Order: sequence, then C-alpha cells, then structure tokens
Amino acid sequence: MSLVFAGVCSHAPGITGRKHMADPDDADTFYAAFDDMRQALEASRPDALVVIAAEHFANFFMNNMPAYCMGMAEDYQGPIEDPDWLGIQRRTIPGNVDLSRRLIETIMQDVDLAYAEEWKFDHGISVPLNFLTPRYDLPVIPVNINCQGPPLTPLHRAWAFGQALRKACDAVPERIAIVGTGGISHWPATPDSGKIDEAWDRDFLDRWCKNDKQRLLDYSDEQTYLDAGQGGFEIRTFIAVSGATEGLSGKVHYYRPIPIFAVGCTVGIVELEAA
Amino acid sequence: MAPTKYRYWGADMSLYYVQKLLYNLNRDEKLQKAYFADQDSVLQDYRLDEEEITALKKPDIGMLYILGVNGQILMHYAAMCGYAWPDYIQAMRDALAEHGNVRAGLYATTDGKGAV
Repeated sequence: MSLVFAGVCSHAPGITGRKHMADPDDADTFYAAFDDMRQALEASRPDALVVIAAEHFANFFMNNMPAYCMGMAEDYQGPIEDPDWLGIQRRTIPGNVDLSRRLIETIMQDVDLAYAEEWKFDHGISVPLNFLTPRYDLPVIPVNINCQGPPLTPLHRAWAFGQALRKACDAVPERIAIVGTGGISHWPATPDSGKIDEAWDRDFLDRWCKNDKQRLLDYSDEQTYLDAGQGGFEIRTFIAVSGATEGLSGKVHYYRPIPIFAVGCTVGIVELEAA
Repeated sequence: MAPTKYRYWGADMSLYYVQKLLYNLNRDEKLQKAYFADQDSVLQDYRLDEEEITALKKPDIGMLYILGVNGQILMHYAAMCGYAWPDYIQAMRDALAEHGNVRAGLYATTDGKGAV
C-alpha cells in the first residue's frame, strides 16, 4: 500500500498537564481540532502510525545521540513523565516489530538510521497519542529526530529522511499514517515559556502548506534560535513530513498561540487525496 | 538584556554530568527513591563540582538553570522536588535577576521576560 495519512501537530506537555490553567475556549477549540484530526486519521484506516517526534532526553542522551532513530519493539511504555504532572496515565502502547524492521531496512538504503528495541515515550509522543489514538489500539512506530542536543541534523537531511520514509511506506503492503509532532516558535521550559512569535509561525506554516522545499530549508539554526527559540529546532519534524509528501499541499486546520501551553497550537493535515 | 548568541554545549564535562544525573533520575523511579533517601551516595557516582552539588542538594532550581541545565531535563527535576509550574518559572526568573544570564547551553533566555 502506501501512505494513507500525513499530518503535523503540537506536543507540548502543557496541552494536557496545564489544561486546567488555560482559557476554556483555547483548550476546547484545540482539543476539538485534535479530535477532528483523530477522525481523519481513523477514516484513513491505517494499519500503523509512524510518529516523527522530537524527544526530550527520555531515551537518548549526549553519551550516544542518534540524529535519527526508529523504534523496533513489540510495545512501548509511556509517558515517562509523572502522570499527574502530564495529565496522562502510564500505559503500554502496541508496536509492530516486523513492520518496523521492513521500514528501517528500506530507509537505511538512503539514510543512516539508528533503531531502538525499547523506548519510553515522553510528552513528544504521549500527548499526540492521547488525542489521536485514545484507545491505544493502533500499532505505533516512533521516530526521533534529535532537536535538543547540538550538533543537529541539517534541515535538508530531515527532508531526505522524510523522502526515505515515504519510499519505505510505498514498499510495504500495510496502510501507513505518519504524524510529525513538534513546536514551531517557542521557548519551552525557560523563563520565556509562553512566548510565541505568531508571525514567524504563520510564515513557517505557509511554507509547510505549500510544500515549498526551498523556503522550508531556508533557515539556519543560528537565526531560528534567535527568532523562534530553541524550541524552533523542532521544525525538523514538520519538514520530514513535507519530505515524505513532496509535491502535496497541506492545510492548517487549527493554529492559535496559547501561552499557557507554551506553543502556537497547531493541527495540520496533508491533502494526500489530491495526488 | 542582550540577545543570547547561539552556542553549542558540550565543552563542560561537569555540566554534562549534572544533566546525566537528572536524565537518569527522570528515567528511573528506583534511583529517585535512592537519591532522595541519601543524596550523597548517588552524587558520588557523578563528576560534579561544589557549586553543582550545592545547587542539586538545596535544591536551587534557579541556579541549575543558570549553570546551563537543559530545561527539558530540569523541569522534571523541579517537579520531582515539588515545584508547581509557576514556581519553576519564577525560580528561573529570580535566578536571572540575581546571577545574570545562563552560562551555557541552549536554554538561555533571549529577553529575560516570560508571557505566563
């Protein structure tokens, strides 16, 4: 089969952990957008969901930091955070070893990919799953792009990873969904937490919607750090989705800066059926 | 406050081990229990200087932030030590006012102001 769904969304821990501190309209409208995304995902009847995430030192540290890593386990555990702090209870999430192995083998033809046979999900994956697979009945295959510990993979490699992932999806009979999760401009876990540059975000999302490769790759980490914060490095997850859906437009179904969630809250879906 | 320049981390092995300790604590509930029961016995396994040990044991979350501990690691240690989210943010702000900007790493503030 091939890719049956592709989208992007936010994953900030405040989305679930600090919901009680948010304006009800902010929380309700964003949660509703997430639920619409869930329905679109389910309507695509996927056999597995590949989550391209930017994790935050739950599994990988600077003693051995892969630029790209994909899970290859029967199941995964998460969230690693305190369940009360994150607002999500711990559970086991199903994986698919055989499918992971086949995807990894094909991706490795083009990209040097690490793999992991154990993985504890942090909020980067647990928050999206809380909304998108609330019954935890869809096999998940996690992917991590290092967005925390420089040196970071160049943006053009994130695009190339997305292309390799797409090739791998096309090579398996299963119906594959992919979701990239990350923030756009944000300064999480700093005294600037809650600062969001809406203009920067909307400009990035315009590039993402148009699948404009040249403009999506036209950022330097130095400038992103100054303009969009260290959280802006997570645009790599969105760019990987664009690489996997080259030539296809996307649509932003929800965008709203929600400071208590510390991110411009986003739900976007690629219009695959236009192909 | 002047804009912070983009800096790679990794030059300071001592900071590396502060973060390694917190990374291990975040992953391992048994280690958390051992640490809070007897901090010295756990800290001796890490290459730390006196300033770091003092900040860890107090705990001085603001100082750990100034030393350059990555916020994605530090926010969990803060929660582990009983800090509510607003208190965690305020601890970092107070430390900025007292010590100046962060000494290393990516989590330096860019304008010293927060929105929450």
